[in-house]
Amino acid sequence: MTGTDVPPTDPVPYTADEMMSVASARALADARCCFVGIGLPSTAANLARRTHAPGLVLVYESGALGAKPDRLPASIGDGILARTAVAVVSVPEVFNYWLQPGRIDVGFLGAAQLDRFANINTTVIGDYARPTVRLPGAGGAPEIAASCREVFIVLRQSARSFVRRLDFVTSVGHGGGGGDRARLGLPGAGPTLVITDLGVFRPDPQTRELTLTEVHPGVDVERVRAATGWDLKVAADLRTTPAPTDVELAALRQLARSLEAAPDPAREG
Amino acid sequence: MADIVSMAEAVAELVRDGDTVALEGFTHLIPMAAGREIIRQGRRDLTLVRMTPDLVYDQLIGAGCASKLVFSWGGNPGVGSLHRFRDAVEHGWPAPLALEEHSHAGMANRYVAGAAGLPFAVLRGYAGTDLATVTSTIKQITCPFTGEHLAAVPALNPDVTVIHAQRADRAGNVQLWGLVGVQKEAVLAARRTLVTVEEIVDELTPMPDAMVLPSWVVTAVAEVPGGAHPSYAQGYSERDNEFYAAWDAIARHRDSFQRWVREVVFA
Repeated sequence: MTGTDVPPTDPVPYTADEMMSVASARALADARCCFVGIGLPSTAANLARRTHAPGLVLVYESGALGAKPDRLPASIGDGILARTAVAVVSVPEVFNYWLQPGRIDVGFLGAAQLDRFANINTTVIGDYARPTVRLPGAGGAPEIAASCREVFIVLRQSARSFVRRLDFVTSVGHGGGGGDRARLGLPGAGPTLVITDLGVFRPDPQTRELTLTEVHPGVDVERVRAATGWDLKVAADLRTTPAPTDVELAALRQLARSLEAAPDPAREG
Repeated sequence: MADIVSMAEAVAELVRDGDTVALEGFTHLIPMAAGREIIRQGRRDLTLVRMTPDLVYDQLIGAGCASKLVFSWGGNPGVGSLHRFRDAVEHGWPAPLALEEHSHAGMANRYVAGAAGLPFAVLRGYAGTDLATVTSTIKQITCPFTGEHLAAVPALNPDVTVIHAQRADRAGNVQLWGLVGVQKEAVLAARRTLVTVEEIVDELTPMPDAMVLPSWVVTAVAEVPGGAHPSYAQGYSERDNEFYAAWDAIARHRDSFQRWVREVVFA
């Protein structure tokens, strides 16, 4: 088996979440440093360090620069981050000296809701003043999305998370489309990659609308459409994500075992 | 010079009804014991300021101490929701909670301005977000030198800031290390400050990357070993991740939370 073009009928020895984390880790092949959100982004960045990107510099908003944890951190302030970091700095310094001037290659974020231009909501479901669900809020994300050279987003995909219109714009992806980031004065390139449990999306070069460019093995386009709240654009040369290798899966499962005490880190915004 | 007192005396003296209160500590060194003391002393109508409300403010909000929250990320790190915070915002229980909501960068810079004695801070932030539309303390300004549009946020100057640190000497000089978050700025921005410490020592031996807050910017120091639990104090304790997970069930329902207040806070 080559790892590509797995027929959809094949039984898959991995979960959709594992495929999502492996695809996310692979995306960090060319990055030098990554500003890491907790949950799925942290899993991906730590998996990348354990597989193909051992030199990847992990930056956590708690002030750990170049953290090298030997297990998954339970939170962005886990003591293992400070103990293994090249340098530990204050929170104002992380944002003002390291993030804001554009020293970080990739900001890796999660999201509760995403729209077709990869804008992110992590604030409320429903009306802001009387929300149906009050979510955690912005954290570091608005400025990570603004100032990193590029942004990757990882989230589980459903019609509830991939929505036509966000209830609240917490962090700006491509705003209303092509040219909006420049108009808003946002220095970074914005989201260049969105990875879900179903596939991979990239913004159209002109319109900046998310386009499905890869489906994970065993997923068809109709399933992705059903889990998307807008009329989904699909790339003409749609590819299938190579399935996780045994090495990737072993490294990911070892990481997951290292954090069995903490339930579902993806629920953190 | 800082007074070395008991935590109960310090809270009674320094934290008053209606105050703007910041309990800081970014995941590490969260002054949890001081939060429970504020609940025991029945403070009301507080404006609570904190980047990450965490369990400490979930407890204060659920206990009815707060009327307003100034914050940037309100979740249970690694676990999920802060249910008391959500109940207050979604249902007004036990009392309505006004929100003043920022990003981390905005909150950090508000403390920086407060510490520096400036009226506001400037940052490249918030552009295009809805935060600027719901939060009146986010404004746009134009750089007088380059013409760039930037965000301005007003200084935070709490009536009282409370932090937890590893140790202090008998003169009240405070030493902390590891992830030091925004504590220096939060202390220097405040009118009054209380520092709880793991231990009071004769001499502060140097530690790598340690920060020292001189006694003359600290109002009171109280020795409270384990005062950050379930958060942690590097060199003294580990984060109790199991308690963070257990808090989800305690805080999920009003009954179980109120039982926790009765049986743990007022034990």
